[in-house]
Amino acid sequence: MLYRETGQFKTSYKADMAVFPIRQDRIGLAIILLLAFVAMPLFGGGFLLSAVMIPLLVFALAALGLNLLTGYTGQLSLGTAGFMGVGAYACYKLTTFFPEVNLIVWILASGFFSAAVGVVFGLPSLRIKGFYLAVATLAAQFFLQWCFIRIPWLYNNNVSGAIEAPVRTLFGMPITGPHATPELRYLVVLSIVALLTWIASNLVHGRIGRSWMAVRDMDIAAELMGIRLLPTKLLAFAVSSFYCGVAGALMVFLWYGSAEPEVFSISQSFLILFMVIIGGLGSLIGSFLGAALIYGLPIVLKSLFPMLGLSVGAATVEHITFMVVGAMIIGFLIVEPHGLASIWRTIKQKLRVWPFPY
Amino acid sequence: MGYMSKVLLSAASGAAMLLGGQLGPVQAQDGKDANFVPLFTYRTGPFSGSGIPIANGMRDYLEMLNQRDGGVGGAKIVIEECETGYDTKKGLECYEAVKGRNPVMVNPWSTGITLPLIPRAAVDKIPVLSMAYGLSASADGQTFPWIFNPPNTYWDGLSVIVKHIADELGGLDKLKGKKIGYIYLDAGFGKEPIPMFEQFAKDLGFELKLYPVAATDMQNQSSQWLGVRRDKPDYMVMYGWGALNPTAIKEATRINYPMNRFISIWWPSEDDARSAGAGAKGFRELNWHGVGTDFPVLKDIQKHVVDKGLSKVAKGKEGEVLYNRGVYNSMLIAEGIRNAQKLTGKKAVTGEDVRRGLEAINLTPERLKELGMEGFTDPLKLGCADHNGHGAAFVQEWDGEKYVKIGGPIKPMEDKVGPVAAAAAKDYVEKNAGWPKRSEACDSK
Repeated sequence: MLYRETGQFKTSYKADMAVFPIRQDRIGLAIILLLAFVAMPLFGGGFLLSAVMIPLLVFALAALGLNLLTGYTGQLSLGTAGFMGVGAYACYKLTTFFPEVNLIVWILASGFFSAAVGVVFGLPSLRIKGFYLAVATLAAQFFLQWCFIRIPWLYNNNVSGAIEAPVRTLFGMPITGPHATPELRYLVVLSIVALLTWIASNLVHGRIGRSWMAVRDMDIAAELMGIRLLPTKLLAFAVSSFYCGVAGALMVFLWYGSAEPEVFSISQSFLILFMVIIGGLGSLIGSFLGAALIYGLPIVLKSLFPMLGLSVGAATVEHITFMVVGAMIIGFLIVEPHGLASIWRTIKQKLRVWPFPY
Repeated sequence: MGYMSKVLLSAASGAAMLLGGQLGPVQAQDGKDANFVPLFTYRTGPFSGSGIPIANGMRDYLEMLNQRDGGVGGAKIVIEECETGYDTKKGLECYEAVKGRNPVMVNPWSTGITLPLIPRAAVDKIPVLSMAYGLSASADGQTFPWIFNPPNTYWDGLSVIVKHIADELGGLDKLKGKKIGYIYLDAGFGKEPIPMFEQFAKDLGFELKLYPVAATDMQNQSSQWLGVRRDKPDYMVMYGWGALNPTAIKEATRINYPMNRFISIWWPSEDDARSAGAGAKGFRELNWHGVGTDFPVLKDIQKHVVDKGLSKVAKGKEGEVLYNRGVYNSMLIAEGIRNAQKLTGKKAVTGEDVRRGLEAINLTPERLKELGMEGFTDPLKLGCADHNGHGAAFVQEWDGEKYVKIGGPIKPMEDKVGPVAAAAAKDYVEKNAGWPKRSEACDSK
């Protein structure tokens, strides 16, 4: 079939270790990037872009951040939404203090604030593991949300207690506020997510990623091999929080437009954790697949029933979604603990050797 | 890495595109004129206890108009519910899904969903009706021409509560030296009245004690009520929503707090008080419309909707506080559409027309009688500058079975509330640099 590597010889070590060793993969990636960057904004339409694609990319980025920490380094975290909140509030403060600086600079910069907070809450990870660490990050979640509610300085003393994205422009065109077109907002989000995904890919395929995975697989062995645990774990916390922070800033500025502290609640953290689990721990594609499934499924279900000519109440669809997602989480944990990414790997392997079953 | 993800993304988006294709402007099935009214409701999630009766009331009134009169002004109302679960992201998704289909207005029923819609309303030309919730400052129609929040704001409500307490004590000056506790949802909604409350405390000389309840802790308020027990406030004021209300009432009965000194803003329902048992007797809350089914409009709903099996309301639940609040909300929707039809001469109206229609709302006693709402609520008049009406509210008391109105309508203290509201609107404009000046023409001079 089309997907086979016959005749593609690797003549150098570099080619053999490439992220995409098979030519079809590279072509496929190029096509997808082309679709995402060109076809989608041209033909996508307002609803698809602003209610499906932007949220999906934001969640994918947050899931990717959590995946770096939980999937690659093995540190369970329940503070994702809190770190997203730090990014969002940092970006809000920065852009209201320095309105003349381009918003995209602040979105990326806000990740560093989130990273710093992440490092602080990652400190206990040297001593505590597993469930206990989860509880420590849970503390981060509650503490950060408490700050968002209780420190009026963070939301510029707004009477509503919410942060509102002011109008900011890029090349003279608004990217936030009511006049920003969905196409432009989508392209900004997509560019940032694509850039950060590329960086993450390089991180996990390099020395840093390998040391993370070594810590995940057995921290004592990793230590004996000369990996310093604390810096490695803290770096994972920092990078993970950076990604979450940028996702949070994107969420408030390019998607919601304004946000109450309630947006960064524990349920958001769980949602992203589910995305990582269903998508596949320790896999970058998994983060995208998980976000697509968990966020996309309710939307598809919502439109599916009217399409089939069934009149189902809006609330019933919601109940069905809860049941389906719940069943899926249990099902995946039993049948395919490595998530959608693992299914994708299996499919790819089968295609490579097709038609032979081995 | 990003490879497969994107395959799936594009597949999903392809599917979504297909789905999106069938979303077009709404028409009644027989092709006649129709007006599309999306209702953002929440029948699921932690706030569904409050959301379900409201959703039923809103839907049933509009359905009644469809059944009895064939809609409003000869144009059927296309009602469509969108489930938000009180979740901002789902609310925004609902908004994106309906905004291209010429909705005459949106009713977010959540402050969190209202806030992001405020700047968009003017651009998308879709008015937002956030009835007695949302951003209190949006009562100023000159600054927020597209946002409506009648008939009163949370600040109005607070001043009414303070007035009610003063009336009980025998005058505003008697508040001096008293202690008033404030238990509230620790979110924008509950925090909004605090500056005003503090101002009252300073002016009138009473002591204010704050008992915030985090949204995650709504069902666990023992520490707050322990504080109440220790501080012994003379009165308790509550701004709660969802599970906060029944829990607070239960905790109050547990510490034997005198219920007739426990006064809430207008959100607790019958179920909230009932679940606390006999001890809840005497619990008070504000309201601005009738409860029960003793009104022609409610009788019509029973006759044309409930008895025909067209409603989702449980037997005997029609006429409850929040159900009737939904009815009131839908009455405003229908009046907005009707006025818009009058102003434009069209049957099928747009969001822009309905914005003018809402500004033209004038519920005179005669008009209320025509609507079958005589004695149901007070007259209300909106205008270009006043999108709220700052109407009076009354106090009702739980007698163990139902809420009973005690005392007459109490006007908000306009002199205290007005400056705060104006300052808040100004502050909003300042913080959102480039906020557009009102360019919409005014119909009523």
